[in-house]
Amino acid sequence: MLSKRVIVCLDVRNRKTTKGIKFQGNVDIGDPVEMGKQYYREGVDELVFYDITASAENRPMDIEMVREVAQRIFIPFSVGGGIRSLDDMRAVLLAGAEKVSVNSLAVKNPAIIAEGAKAFGSQCIVLGMDALRVDPGVKIPSGYEVVVKGGRERTGIDAIRWAKEAEKLGAGEICVNSIDADGTKAGYELNLTSQIAEAVGIPVIASGGAGKPEHLLEVLTKGQADAALIASMVHYGEYTIPQIKDYLASRGVRVRIPLI
Amino acid sequence: MPSPIAILDYGAGNLTSVACAVRHLGREPFITRDPDQIRKAERVIFPGVGAAGASMEHLNRLGLAEAFVDVYRAGRPVLGICIGCQITLAFSEEDGGTRCLGLFPGSVRRFQFPPGVRRKVPHMGWNEVLFQGRHPVFRGLPRGSQFYFVHSYYPSPDDPSVVEGTASYGGIRFAAALARENLAAVQFHTEKSGPPGLKILENFLSWNGNGV
Repeated sequence: MLSKRVIVCLDVRNRKTTKGIKFQGNVDIGDPVEMGKQYYREGVDELVFYDITASAENRPMDIEMVREVAQRIFIPFSVGGGIRSLDDMRAVLLAGAEKVSVNSLAVKNPAIIAEGAKAFGSQCIVLGMDALRVDPGVKIPSGYEVVVKGGRERTGIDAIRWAKEAEKLGAGEICVNSIDADGTKAGYELNLTSQIAEAVGIPVIASGGAGKPEHLLEVLTKGQADAALIASMVHYGEYTIPQIKDYLASRGVRVRIPLI
Repeated sequence: MPSPIAILDYGAGNLTSVACAVRHLGREPFITRDPDQIRKAERVIFPGVGAAGASMEHLNRLGLAEAFVDVYRAGRPVLGICIGCQITLAFSEEDGGTRCLGLFPGSVRRFQFPPGVRRKVPHMGWNEVLFQGRHPVFRGLPRGSQFYFVHSYYPSPDDPSVVEGTASYGGIRFAAALARENLAAVQFHTEKSGPPGLKILENFLSWNGNGV
């Protein structure tokens, strides 16, 4: 039986892990490779490295960092941010990343999903999506609208429709981040993840809102997610990966507890 | 004198992770698509992601299919990973049916679940592998160890005695680790499966190629 995955996301800026704090900008909290290695030792199932300034600065993502991660961490990891083309995808995959995540780029140019899937296989292509809660209407029947640029720009696209389209184009996974829940630590947006999980046949990763292990339990059961993304709840030592996994296991969720 | 560890490159990507894992274990691999280099290698790792049809086409075109069979016949240790495992069987259902190397009699089948069973394909993520625990490449793995899988098709060898480990998905129990003579093959990505995955690679790197 397949285990539910716990994934840690590291936002990276200038080779430092960084964390956005509302209205106060970002603070650096450590070295991403060292932090990744620590989570790997603790038994995290997957890592995401997100270069948060590459897009804005119109530069490719930090390939040297990807190489370093690949040399030291032997679980799957994906990278996102600063992916502008098929060549950028190829570069991170050749550097040792398992998967590459596209978000705004795919909204602007959906064909990139199909091209990436054809060139490298669907399993490499993760669609990252930021969704905002809106009043359901003709255009946005699900009540969730796709937004880009960290939530600053609305697209008029329904999140469920976009998930289905991305699957059709060849995305291997969808990571759905709730803009409303992000940073609140009040729990994932369960209605959003379960709607998407029911609409597509590819794995769904829930993101945004995790503050305690109970939130992961909710989203992996009621929310029907295949994986839960976390960040600050482990970055500041509030919880460890084994604590979270032990809790999930005790509540009947199948997880991977490393034995060696 | 044979060169040490060859990683077979046939354009399927994802060789970096395997090379990184081998280096981490203190050995220096070389990545090659030269059939003669493959024939001279002390041991060969056949990694890969992708589809069976395209993989076999590349292997045949580059003369690597023949070299791979030669190195197997020469008795040197060979390890297939993921698609590198699947194409050691005789036939794959993928790409409208693909003739493969046939080192294990049997076929590679697409996951098809009974009515009422809804499972995602590909089978992607961590799953437990139950090992027989008798083969040198698959020793030292705690019972219950999980490994990272990404695949839509699974090996189904004719001879049950070549199955060294199994995993289960949607009610289908399939061969996740196979071995015969000097050939070992795993459906999961042993290079991305944390410490138990590295343990299998480590076992392989010191394996003399003798079976059970």
